[in-house]
Amino acid sequence: MQVNEKEFKPTIVAFCCNWCSYAGADLAGTNRLNYPADVKIIRVPCSCRVNPMFILRAFQRGADGVIMCGCHPGDCHYTTGNYYARRRMTLLFSMLDYLGIERERTRVEWVSAAEGAKFAATMNEFVETVTKLGENKRLEDLRCKEK
Amino acid sequence: MQRIGVFVCWCGSNIAATVDVEAVSEALKSEPGVVFSTNYQYMCSEAGQNMIKDAIKEHNLTGVVICSCSPRMHEATFRKTVQGAGLNPYMVEIANIREQCSWIHKDKQTGTEKAIILGKAAIAKVHLNAPLTAGESPVVKRALVIGGGIAGIQTALDIAEAGFDVDIVETKPTIGGKMTQIDKTFPTLDCAACILTPKMVDCAQNEKIHIYSYSEVTAVKGFVGNFTVSIKKKARYVDTTKCTGCGVCTEKCPVKNVPNEFNLGMNNRRAIYIPFAQAVPKVATIDADYCNMLKNGKCGVCSKVCTAGAIDYKQQDEIIEERYGAIVAATGFNPIKLDNFDEFAYSQSKDVITSLEFERLTNAAGPTSGQLLRPSDGKHPHTIVFVQCVGSRDTSGCGKPYCSKICCMYTAKHAMLTREKYPDTDVYVFYIDVRTPGKNFDEFYRRAVEDYNVHYIKGMVGKVAPRADGTLDVQASDLISNEQLHISADLVVLAAAIEPDKSARPLATMLTASMDTNDFFTEAHAKLRPVESPTAGVFLSGTCQGPKDIPETVSQASAAAAKVIGLLCKDKLTCNPCVAHSDEMLCNGCSSCEKVCPYGAITYSDKEFRMPDRTTAIRRVAAVNEAVCQGCGACTVACPSGAMDLKGFSNKQIMAEVDAICK
Repeated sequence: MQVNEKEFKPTIVAFCCNWCSYAGADLAGTNRLNYPADVKIIRVPCSCRVNPMFILRAFQRGADGVIMCGCHPGDCHYTTGNYYARRRMTLLFSMLDYLGIERERTRVEWVSAAEGAKFAATMNEFVETVTKLGENKRLEDLRCKEK
Repeated sequence: MQRIGVFVCWCGSNIAATVDVEAVSEALKSEPGVVFSTNYQYMCSEAGQNMIKDAIKEHNLTGVVICSCSPRMHEATFRKTVQGAGLNPYMVEIANIREQCSWIHKDKQTGTEKAIILGKAAIAKVHLNAPLTAGESPVVKRALVIGGGIAGIQTALDIAEAGFDVDIVETKPTIGGKMTQIDKTFPTLDCAACILTPKMVDCAQNEKIHIYSYSEVTAVKGFVGNFTVSIKKKARYVDTTKCTGCGVCTEKCPVKNVPNEFNLGMNNRRAIYIPFAQAVPKVATIDADYCNMLKNGKCGVCSKVCTAGAIDYKQQDEIIEERYGAIVAATGFNPIKLDNFDEFAYSQSKDVITSLEFERLTNAAGPTSGQLLRPSDGKHPHTIVFVQCVGSRDTSGCGKPYCSKICCMYTAKHAMLTREKYPDTDVYVFYIDVRTPGKNFDEFYRRAVEDYNVHYIKGMVGKVAPRADGTLDVQASDLISNEQLHISADLVVLAAAIEPDKSARPLATMLTASMDTNDFFTEAHAKLRPVESPTAGVFLSGTCQGPKDIPETVSQASAAAAKVIGLLCKDKLTCNPCVAHSDEMLCNGCSSCEKVCPYGAITYSDKEFRMPDRTTAIRRVAAVNEAVCQGCGACTVACPSGAMDLKGFSNKQIMAEVDAICK
C-alpha cells in the first residue's frame, strides 16, 4: 500500500515525566520552538510510571509512534525511576520489534527541564521518522476502529 | 457519571491568537459527561476563578477541566479555586493548551484541533478522578546549608536570626569562600575582608549555627521536612575542641614547600596550616599528602610544640547523620581551568595570571603583601593588559556559552586600583562588550575610563607570546580603528570565566535537584520562584544557581533564607496525596514492589482474609506508608498482579488519556 507522505499525519503519544521532560516541553513552548501538532503529551510523575501496557494500548488504539521521555540517567527526581524505565522499555521494544512494530516507532529519550531545544528537535525528528514509516497497522485493534 | 465543567482560557492573546477558544469550548461541550463549557480571557484571574466557582455551584459539577497554561504553572491555583467551591481539589485536570499548543503551532486550525484533543484527554481522565485527601508529615525544625561562602553564611545567619537551628557544611578548613581571597569589592571599593570577616565571626558565635568545616555531604535521604543527611567530617588530625589557633605548629612544621591554595599556589605554606589569619574556625589542619608523620611516621614536631595537646595523628574520617527540614545548596563557583586557552600562554609564562591571582597580588595579606609585582622577577610591571571574556560567551566549545557577569566590573576595579596606586602604569583592557548593569556600576566603569585613563580597546587578543627579554607580546585587533596591535606588556591578566563548583553535580544527584547543561542548579520557576529548586525542600543560594556578584548573591541568600524560614515555621506539611495504593485482595505478597521502592515506603504484613467459602486465610500483603511514598509509580509497573496503583495517575486514567489521544 502506498501512503502519501504529504497527507499522512501520524498519531504520536509522548509520555513525559513531570520533573524533567514535561518541564522541558514547557520550555520548548515558552521559547516558541515549533514541533508538529501530531505529538500529544501525557504527563506521568516519573518515566518509571509508564507501564508497558500503556504503550501496547496506544499501538492497539492506532498510535503510529510512542516516545517516552524522562530525566537523564542519574538525575531522576525519584533517584532510580528512569533506570527501571530504561530496562523495561529495552525489553518491551525488542518484543515489539519481534511482533513487527518497527524499532523506529518506539523511542526513549532523556530530556532535562533545561533542554527545551532538545525536546523540540527530538519531536521533529521522531515525527519525521514515523511519517516515513507510514501508518501503523500491525497491532491495531479493529474493534476500536470507528466506522 | 461525573458532571464535568470545561473552562477554556484565552490567556489574553497567548492562547486565543493561535487557538480558536470558542470552537474548543463548543467542541468539548458534546463530550460525554460535560454539562457546562465556557471560555474566558484570564481563567486564573479573580473573575475567572469566580466564574469556575459559580459554575460548580450552579451546575452541581463534580469534575473540572481547565484548558489553559501548563499544570506546572497554575494547577495549584485551580485546585484551591475548586476547593473554595466545596469540590475536592483533586477533581481538577488541566489541559495544557498554551505551552504544548498555542505557543508552538502557528496555524490556527492545527492549534485548535490539537487543543480539542488535549481537552478530550483531560475530560477522559477527570471521569476517573476520585477525591483525594492529603495526609500530613512533621517538619524537622533545622536547616542545612551546603557551602560556607558569603551565600551560605548570609543564608545561615538569616535562618538563625529567625530562631531556627542551622548547620553549615563546608569542604574547606574554613568558611568564607571565594570572598576571602578578594581584595576590594566593586563598586564601593570596600575591603572584602572588612565586610566578610565580621559575618564569619557572627556565624561562629551564633549559638543557633553549627559549622562543620572540612566536611562534606555524602548522602541525602528523605524528603521535604524530613531529610536525613550523612556528613563526612574529614580527618584534620587536630582536635578542634583543644586547638587554640595559636599558630605555633604552622611556624615550626619542617615541611615548607606545600603550594598555598589560598594564594592560588603563588607562595608556599606548611603541611600543618591555618588557611589565613581570620579563618573560622581558627584551628589548624594537617595536610595528609605532605605531612612526614602521616606519610612515613617520622617527625611529630607539631605534636611536640602544641601546648594544648591538640594534635592527633590517629584521627579518622567520621561520618555523622543529622536530620533536617530544609536544605540550601550554596556550593558557589570556581574560575575555569585555562588548559583550552593556550594562545594566552598561561601555562608558559608566570606573568600571565588570572584575575583571582591578581586579587591575591594586590591583597595586603597576599604573597607580595599587597605590592603589585611580576611573579617571574618580582619587578613592578609598567604595562598591564587585561583580557576580558576568557572562556565566557564562547560557543566554540572551549569555554562557556554564558556571560560570567562579574568580569567587566572586577576588571574595571583592577584597572582603576592599579592606576590609582601606580600612576606610572599603562593599563589596557581588551573587551567584546562592557556590561555594567547594576546600581552605580556604569558610573564606576566610566570613572575607570574618564578619571583614571584606562585604555579600553574593543577587540579580542589573538595571542600572547613570551619574549626572551621577559616581556609579553600581546597581539590583538582593535575593532573600532580596524588595526592590528602589538603591545609589549609586563603582565597579562585573564578574566577567566566562572563555572559551578565541581561538587555541585554529585550534590544535585544526591538531592535529586535538577541542573542545566552548564551544571548550574535549575530554579523552580525562572522568574517567580528563583531561589527554590523544583525538588521540594531544596533551596538555592548564590552562584550555584547562576553567575552573580556579591550584592546579588547576598540578596538571593537572604531570599533563600526567607523561604526556608517559611517552611520551618510550619509544624506539619501537607503530603502529596497522589501516592501508591495496594489492593489487598489482588496482592499476592511477591515483594516485587518493595524491591523497586526508593523510599522504603512499602511494608508487608500477614493479614486475615475471609474467603468466598467462608473460611479464613492468612495472606501476606503489601501496604504503602502514605507519609513516606513520594508517588513515583515504580511499584505500580513492577506489580505483576496489578494490585498496586497510583492515585491521581491510575492505570485506568492514563489508559483513558491514551484512548482519547489515539481516537
